[in-house]
Amino acid sequence: MEANLAITVGIFYAVSIYLMLSKHIIRILLGVAIFSNGVNLTLFTAGRITREVPPIIPVGLDMPDVLTANPLPQALILTAIVISFSLFAFLLVLAFRSYQELGTDNTEGMRIAEPEGEELPPLGY
Amino acid sequence: MQTLIFRTVAPYLTSLMVLFSVFVLLRGHNEPGGGFIGGLIAASAFAIYAIACGVEPVRRALYFHPLAISGSGLMISALSGLISLFFGVPFLTGQWTVIHVLGVPVDISTVLFFDIGVYLVVVGSITSIALGLEEREHD
Amino acid sequence: MAADGQWLTFLVLILPFLAAVAAPVATRSLGHNAAWPLAAFPAFAFYHFAGFLPAVSGGVAVSGGYSWIPSLDADFSWYIDGLSLTFALLISGIGTLIVLYTGGYLKGHPQLGRFFSFIFLFMGAMQGLVVADSFLTLFVFWELTSIASFLLIGFDHKREAARRAALQALIVTAAGGLSLLAGLIVIRQATGLNSLSELLSAGAVLRESPLYLAALLLVLGGAFTKSAQFPFHSWLPNAMEAPTPVSAYLHSATMVKAGVYLLMRLNPVMGDTGPWETLLPIVGAATLLTGALLAVRQTDLKLMLAYSTVASLGLLVMLTGFGSEIAVEAAVLYLVAHSMFKGALFMVTGIIDQETGARDVTRLSGIGRAMPITFAAALLAALSMGGLPPLFGFLAKEEIYAALTIGGVWPFVLLLVAIAGNALMFAIGFAVGLRPFIGAAADTPRTPHEGHVLLWLGPVVLAASGLLTALFSGVSHALLSSPMATAVAGEPLDISISVIPHPGLPLLLSIVTIALGVVFYLGLDRGRAMMKAMLEAIGWGPDRGFDQLVRGTIRLSAAVTGFVQNGRLEVYMSVTFIVLAAALLVPMIGFAELPQMPSFEGMRIYEAGVLAVALVGLGAVLYARSRLAAIASLGIQGFAVAVLFMLFGAADLSFTQFMVETLTVVILALVMTRLKLSPADRRPSRRRVFDVSVASLCGLGLALILLRVVQMPFDPALSTFFAENARVIAHGRNIVNVIIVDFRGLDTLGEIAVVMIAGLAILALIRVRAGKMATRKAEEALTCRR
Repeated sequence: MEANLAITVGIFYAVSIYLMLSKHIIRILLGVAIFSNGVNLTLFTAGRITREVPPIIPVGLDMPDVLTANPLPQALILTAIVISFSLFAFLLVLAFRSYQELGTDNTEGMRIAEPEGEELPPLGY
Repeated sequence: MQTLIFRTVAPYLTSLMVLFSVFVLLRGHNEPGGGFIGGLIAASAFAIYAIACGVEPVRRALYFHPLAISGSGLMISALSGLISLFFGVPFLTGQWTVIHVLGVPVDISTVLFFDIGVYLVVVGSITSIALGLEEREHD
Repeated sequence: MAADGQWLTFLVLILPFLAAVAAPVATRSLGHNAAWPLAAFPAFAFYHFAGFLPAVSGGVAVSGGYSWIPSLDADFSWYIDGLSLTFALLISGIGTLIVLYTGGYLKGHPQLGRFFSFIFLFMGAMQGLVVADSFLTLFVFWELTSIASFLLIGFDHKREAARRAALQALIVTAAGGLSLLAGLIVIRQATGLNSLSELLSAGAVLRESPLYLAALLLVLGGAFTKSAQFPFHSWLPNAMEAPTPVSAYLHSATMVKAGVYLLMRLNPVMGDTGPWETLLPIVGAATLLTGALLAVRQTDLKLMLAYSTVASLGLLVMLTGFGSEIAVEAAVLYLVAHSMFKGALFMVTGIIDQETGARDVTRLSGIGRAMPITFAAALLAALSMGGLPPLFGFLAKEEIYAALTIGGVWPFVLLLVAIAGNALMFAIGFAVGLRPFIGAAADTPRTPHEGHVLLWLGPVVLAASGLLTALFSGVSHALLSSPMATAVAGEPLDISISVIPHPGLPLLLSIVTIALGVVFYLGLDRGRAMMKAMLEAIGWGPDRGFDQLVRGTIRLSAAVTGFVQNGRLEVYMSVTFIVLAAALLVPMIGFAELPQMPSFEGMRIYEAGVLAVALVGLGAVLYARSRLAAIASLGIQGFAVAVLFMLFGAADLSFTQFMVETLTVVILALVMTRLKLSPADRRPSRRRVFDVSVASLCGLGLALILLRVVQMPFDPALSTFFAENARVIAHGRNIVNVIIVDFRGLDTLGEIAVVMIAGLAILALIRVRAGKMATRKAEEALTCRR
């Protein structure tokens, strides 16, 4: 099953990277959202797959009596999901605001920080 | 989105979801759930309420600014870690005690407060984001 | 060394830094009179160091220190022998006088406190430098002197010339400092030693090491830049932009001698070899001639002295590298003499500048009658600089000639250089110390009169000590010169020369030098015109070279920045992902670490269904033509991932993923419906092929590496630990939640902080716009009311 997931993850990455290579900021954002899913699935797969048994200790026992799913990648992914959502929201608002200010969604046109034909810095002391 | 049915149902739906989110938060230590999920459920509840009835009622209902809720959550989490210092153990080491409420033993722990802090941070921040974006519809 | 004495020495070493803190407070309440109490700091240091004189002149070195960073084998330690002690006494003694002089020179200056702070900072650095034992201590203080010098030269930072000079000094000396650091590291590599005192007894190891030449060149890079040797000399005259106390203290008496100190310190270790005895005399002689000739060109008193300082430093380097004991003695004597007369002469030019308002030698004459004390000090100092008896400079000059008249072609060339340089310096000395004071009184911007006691005290004491140390040469040799020469030569030396002239070749050469010097003095104006014409004919020098270097660097960095950061996001992205694909695939193929052919069996039908839904979602995102279709497709793949989590025992993840995907869709819809943007993009077909290749290669690489990972044996140690201890230690049955809030609580604390900061940043982004609109509305309202 891991092999099937690994191939799927590869496709997730390929699609998200193709989207991120676009000049249109909305496409880049869609790419970022898919990319974080790809990363989460990578972590999940690398921690090995177990079907249907969540890592919960049954009442009355001190440790799981059967083989459960690996809890460590789950803990990592859980926080990663929330953080990547915050990051995505930030990027979205950033894109939205720059569209409002610059009037374009094309990254070619966003050159405030790195203007074209920038002058030399002052040569004096 | 401001249909009559939605507007009528939304407050009840929201209260139910918030109640559910607290339930998910509190049971999180032993069953699936916890601060992150609970916080996301509550934030969705407020987002729904805002879509149905506008942002202003949500802000009034929350009373505090969402980011203030978020900040206090961060503080609760950090302070709950400091309690362990009184026991001479490293920062964030869990401390436990059991109290009996009406004969029922209830675990009280610093970890619970830590999780409540997580819940508040997630609720506050994501509600703030959602409300901020919804508010912009009017300009 | 007793432990109680150790802390006192340590206190003395940090005392200047304490004074640097105290100075601004003191000047605020006392004004320029703060100089008196502040001078007590270096005076106490002088007193403390003088207490070592009996022991050190008896041949005992005082050492001590504290462990600084034990894990790195780095100590803060000091080693005081004759060489260090003479330097320490010069630094603290002249420092005392300079502090007093500053009080008079910058009287009423609003930034007097800051200036004092910088001076004390430098004093502490320089003191530490000359007594440092461990390489680390030496290097730290070495760099600290460069920084203090930068701050002091740029003190008057509103003038561009001062800024340029400060930057130039910093770049040249700090680059030299790095070279020194590299040199010290090489020395450590070659010998395994960590401190100067250990190195002194292991010189042979270093000299025979194959790394010797590298170490030598790197150390010389540090010493030559610090001591302004040709062709790095031009920063020193430019440093005259600093107020005169700085020129007198740093740029003649002490800091510029740090390079000479280092050479003298390492002479027993690295000296007595071919490269040492070739490089040092050649560079020193070149510097001596350059400095002396350029000094003739100047009309500004300070600049004349500055170039003559360059010449003197060249002479010192030349003598240090000459390789005979008597040359070492000559270098020691000249160094002490130079510190006294040059310090005094600089302070005199400061007084002249202050009291007459002019510093140009062609505009000054006849001010001696109005300033008799200053005149006396200047004359004494000039006599010492000219090498006339009965002053300390005379002793030094006799010894120099004694060292160089040993026969042979090479010493003879150096002798000629020394005679020419000395004669030129004689002329410069009297041009500064005599010429402005005699003759008919000329018009000056201010009417000359004697300066404040704080002003003339320093030069008088220095000039008088030049006389006294020579008259009582027996005492000064026994206490200072001989121990210092012993330390420099690495074997016991006893200096015996006195002021009573004794016939011989050196005396004859002295008379020749003085005669030549008188000729130069009288022909100074003509010489200046000649030098000016010559320099104009050349038209280029290291100083212009520095400007070209700085401009070239700025242009180059602008060009490189423009190339690397061309402002096109897709280029950055393409480069990033091409590198990613290469980093994944090249090693995997190169080291034959590709995964084995996996088996795709064992997948249940509903799992295949979920995967298929996810892939359909992805495809739909790619091909979506409308906003809503794109958002919905994004949701499809997200929910499919959530179901995957659910199927494989991750209930928590599944819930969270559902919530997050829902919220993502909601906020995307909120933003995108207002953006009126089409999610489709039209790329030219060539671009599309390129993008598809890059993306596919990355996806392939990541899939392969993940396959390779899951084919490795699984190490469940961590997961087992969490599973076994979640209930027992942490009282929780949901292991995932226990990891998040308890085992890895600190991570989670950091993560919720990130979430909150993201919330803050988003709110700020939204508010910027809202705030702008609010002001606009307010402005409109105002206009309407009008």
